[in-house]
Amino acid sequence: MSDQADPPQGDQDEVPFMQKLLDNPFQLLALGLITPTIFYLIWGLAEVVGIPMAP
Amino acid sequence: MADTLFRQCPRSGLFFHRTGESLMKAHAVFAVVFFLIGGIFGLLVMLTRMPSVHLLDAETFYMALSIHGTDILIFWIIFFEVAVLYFASSTLLRVRPAAPALGWLGFILMVVGSIMTTLTFLRGNSSVMFTSYVPMPAEPTFYLGLILFAVGALVGCFLFLATLVIAKREKTYDGSIPLVTFGALTACIIAILSILFGAVILIPTFLWSVGLIPEVDPLVYRTIWWGLGHSSQQINVSAQVAIWYAIAAIVFGATPMSEKVSRTAFLLYILFLQLASAHHLLVDPGIGSSWKVFNTSYAMYLAVLASMVHGLTVPGSIEVAQRRKGYTNGLFEWLRKAPWDNPVFSGMFLSLIIFGFLGGITGVIMGTEQINLIIHNTIFVPGHFHATVAVGTTLAFMAITYFLIPVLFQRELILPKLAKWQPYLFAGGMTMLVIFMLGAGTLGVPRRHWDVSFSDALMQYQYAGTAITMLGMAGLGGILAAVGGGAYVLIAVGSLVFGRRLDQNATLLASFGVPLKPGSYTLVRPERLGMTPAEAEGAVSHAAPGTFTLALVFLATFVVYFFINAKYLSSLWHMS
Repeated sequence: MSDQADPPQGDQDEVPFMQKLLDNPFQLLALGLITPTIFYLIWGLAEVVGIPMAP
Repeated sequence: MADTLFRQCPRSGLFFHRTGESLMKAHAVFAVVFFLIGGIFGLLVMLTRMPSVHLLDAETFYMALSIHGTDILIFWIIFFEVAVLYFASSTLLRVRPAAPALGWLGFILMVVGSIMTTLTFLRGNSSVMFTSYVPMPAEPTFYLGLILFAVGALVGCFLFLATLVIAKREKTYDGSIPLVTFGALTACIIAILSILFGAVILIPTFLWSVGLIPEVDPLVYRTIWWGLGHSSQQINVSAQVAIWYAIAAIVFGATPMSEKVSRTAFLLYILFLQLASAHHLLVDPGIGSSWKVFNTSYAMYLAVLASMVHGLTVPGSIEVAQRRKGYTNGLFEWLRKAPWDNPVFSGMFLSLIIFGFLGGITGVIMGTEQINLIIHNTIFVPGHFHATVAVGTTLAFMAITYFLIPVLFQRELILPKLAKWQPYLFAGGMTMLVIFMLGAGTLGVPRRHWDVSFSDALMQYQYAGTAITMLGMAGLGGILAAVGGGAYVLIAVGSLVFGRRLDQNATLLASFGVPLKPGSYTLVRPERLGMTPAEAEGAVSHAAPGTFTLALVFLATFVVYFFINAKYLSSLWHMS
C-alpha cells in the first residue's frame, strides 16, 4: 500500500497482508461479490422462501 | 516506427490515449444528454407535486416519474461513471485501454438500451417507475433495454479491470495504483455486483413479460431487485468520493492524509455498502429482524464509518495543503481563502458537505429499523436520495466536468460567470428541495403520490397545512435546482460546440468522441507514473484542526437529529 515504499522485486513475502489484498483487484472483486451475495441475497431469499404457503 | 497514440495535456500534465479519450468523451456526452432528459421530466414531476400548480394528469405524472427516475438514477450516472472508469485507468495509469473495440461495443449497447427504455416509457404503457415491481407489467422492450444497457456497462467494467492488468504488466506506474483509481475500482466492483443482481431478476422478468414463464414472485423480485436498485446508487458514492480526492489534488495539490486509512475506507465500501439495500425492505413482513438489523445496522454502519472517514480526510487534506501555503490563521482561514469562485472546487465542496449533513445523516435514520417506521415510503425517502445522488454525486460530476472541458475536450468554458454561480444555484435549489421533502415526509406525506389532496378520491384524508406548505417550498427549490441544472447543460454543451478551441484539432466532431487528427498524438508511451511524495516518503503527521472542528459539528448534528427522530417515534408509538 502507498504509505510505504514500493518493495523490491522478489521481496513480496514481506509485503503486509492488507497491502497484498488492496493491491489485488481480483481478490477485492471476489470479496465484493461474495459478501453481499451471502449476507444480503442468499440469507434474504432463504427468509422469503421459508415463508409458509397460505392454505 | 511505433504509432504515437498519446498526447499530454499542457494545462494539466495528464496523458490521454487516442481511443481512451474518445471513449471518455462519448460516454460523458451521452451522460449529459440523459441528464437533460431526466431533469426536464424531474421538473414536471416537481411541478405536479406542488399543490398550487399540480401540472400533469395522473397518467402523464407516472410516466414522467418513471423517466425521471430511470434516466437520472441509471443512465446519467452510469454513462458518466463509465467515462470516469476510462479516465481513472487509461489516463491516470498512463496506459492504453484494453480492447477498445469491445469498449465501443459496450457503449453502443448502452446507447441502444437507454434509448429503447426511454422510448418505451414515452409510449405510455410502461409507467412502472424506477422499481418496476412485479406483477405490475411493462412492455418487454423496457426490460430488454435495461438488460442491454447493463451488459454494455458490464463490458466497460471488465475493460477497466483488464486495463489495470495491462498497466501492471507493462509497468506503467510505480507502487500501488493511485487512490483515485482505487476509488474507481471500488465503484467498478460495486457496479459488477449490481449488474449481476440485476441480471438475476431482470432476465426472468423479461421472460415473464413475453409470456415464456408464468410468474415472478413479488417478494423474491423485491429482494433481488434492491440488490440492483440500491447498490447501483453505491456505485455513485464510490465514484463521487474518488472525484472528491481527484479535485482536492487538482485544485490544491493535496495528498491524502493517510492512503492506508482512505483505502481501508474504500474496502469497507466494497464489503458492506451494498448491504444497505436491505433498508428498502425494513417493513416487509416476510423477512425476519435478524436479516434486517444485521444488514442495515451492523453492516451499514461500517459503510457509514467509511463515508465519515472520506468526509474527514478529503477536507483534511485540503486544509493541510492550504496551511502549507500559509493560510494558518485561526481554524478556518484555509477554508475562507479557498477558491470559492472556481466551480471545480465549489461544486466538489458543496457536494461533500451536503452529502454528509443531509444525505448521510438521513441515510442512517432510514437504516435504523425502528425510526425507519416514521418515514418509510414517505417523501422523506426521495428527499434523502436527492441529497446523496442529486447533490452528492451529480454536483461532484458537474464539478469534474468543468475541469475536463478544457483538459479532455480542449475547449474553453463559455459563460464563465454563470459557471461560477452554477454550483451554488444547483446546490441551493436542491438543498431547499431536500429539506422540505424531508420535512413533509416526516409529517407523513407519501412518495410517488400524484395528488395528496385526494381531490377526486372516495376516501378523503387531510394532511397538515404545514406539510402542504412544505411541498410548495420543495417545488420552489426544485425550480431553482432546474435552473442550476439547465445552466450546467448550457455551459457543458455550449462549451463543446462554441467554446474557444484550445487545440487547433479540437473540432466539433472531436467534442463528441471522434479522435483528434493523428498529429495531435506525439507520444508512443508516456513516462512511467512515479510514486507520490507521500508514497515515497511514508506517512507524515498532518494537523487539520479546522476539519476536526467541522467533524465535531457534524457529530453533534447527527446526535441531535437522531435523538429528535427517536423522541418523535416515542410520541407516536407508545410502549407500555
